[in-house]
Amino acid sequence: MHEWALAEAIARYAESVCSSRRVSKIVVKLGTLQAIDREVLSFALNAILESDGIRGAEIVLEDEEAVFRCRRCGATWRYSDVELDEALREAIHFLPEAVHSFVRCPRCGSRDFEVVKGRGVEVAEVVCGDGSEGGSH
Amino acid sequence: MDPREAVIRDRFSSVRRVVAFASSKGGVGKTCITCASALALKELGHRVGLLDLDVTNPTAHIVLGIDPKSTEIEEEKGVKPVEARGVEFMSPALFTHGEPSPLRGGEIHDAILEMLSVTRWGSLDYLLIDAPPGMSDEVLDVLRYIPRLEFVVVATPSPLSIDSARRFTKFLLDEGARVLGLVENMGSGSLESLCKSMGVRYLGYIPFDPELDRAIEEGRIESTRFYASVREICRSAFHSL
Ligand SMILES: Nc1ncnc2c1ncn2[C@@H]1O[C@H](COP(=O)(O)OP(=O)(O)OP(=O)(O)O)[C@@H](O)[C@H]1O
Ligand SMILES: [Mg+2]
Ligand SMILES: [Zn+2]
Repeated sequence: MHEWALAEAIARYAESVCSSRRVSKIVVKLGTLQAIDREVLSFALNAILESDGIRGAEIVLEDEEAVFRCRRCGATWRYSDVELDEALREAIHFLPEAVHSFVRCPRCGSRDFEVVKGRGVEVAEVVCGDGSEGGSH
Repeated sequence: MDPREAVIRDRFSSVRRVVAFASSKGGVGKTCITCASALALKELGHRVGLLDLDVTNPTAHIVLGIDPKSTEIEEEKGVKPVEARGVEFMSPALFTHGEPSPLRGGEIHDAILEMLSVTRWGSLDYLLIDAPPGMSDEVLDVLRYIPRLEFVVVATPSPLSIDSARRFTKFLLDEGARVLGLVENMGSGSLESLCKSMGVRYLGYIPFDPELDRAIEEGRIESTRFYASVREICRSAFHSL
């Protein structure tokens, strides 16, 4: 349930973008590296918005595949190609930067790689009450 | 703005005072002093938390006797700190399990935002932060994000350390940070004049203690003269509260 903490962050952020207007839509990108539980996140997000008096906001959750690029040799690869035991995946779920501790470049073995995309939770779009674009992340 | 920034203030709302231990030079004793202070403040009857924010080189768990690999992480609307000798404790080591963690600036910043935004501290009198040396990303980020943050500057009396400590303290003061004071480690009082010249409170000195490393290894830092000095400093530094 640590998704709850991130849902709060998304809600607070969207509310601040819309200020006095109603939050009508939030588009969230979920990087697969963090392996966020979509059900839990959307449940939490709805519950938090409702407790703030915001009903019926549209929540769109889009997966973004995690991709790495080695800073030493330039190789690129995907998190979905990596074999890793469950305990380590869970550590990365809590702190995505832990990926540098457990994953190494498949070509040269370096830990010095970049997470090109798909790290974690990002707000891609917030739409406010009157349908106007509130702000993009 | 990163959405995580929006909740950081809330995460510290149950904490009365947040105090970061920082230094300009490395290896001056920040981690030992932060951990000893946490245990001493607890002994003095306060509720205490400790956040290890040395993202790429966390070591506080060693002093507190926590084995990151065998420590279960509990979630409850966020990540709960683990319990370490009566102190609420959070560290990147709990997630990197003692493996190397070679992060660049942006990644360090991301890791800090993540930890600050998901950690659910209990109701605390003091949350102490162990920072890495220098004007690091960690120090710059806590300055920016943590409300009501106070600093304790740690320095040793070597000539190289003195100039460096002066520069570091000046930086903090220029940023408008609250500097609670300076602690002189492995010394005998010679940094008091530096504090006078900077208008910063001298919190006291901790003598060199040849027993410290062995006591840490044996998990009994409280039995050392080092700890007794730290406790005295805590008693007077935090006494006005
Ligand atoms: N007063 C002291 N007497 C004897 N040894 C000490 C004393 N203070 C610290 N040390 C020793 O100095 C070493 C460095 O201490 P510590 O790791 O706490 O420093 P640090 O400032 O946190 O280092 P870093 O900048 O790498 O984070 C340790 O081996 C510690 O046991
Ligand atoms: Mg240290
Ligand atoms: Zn490589």
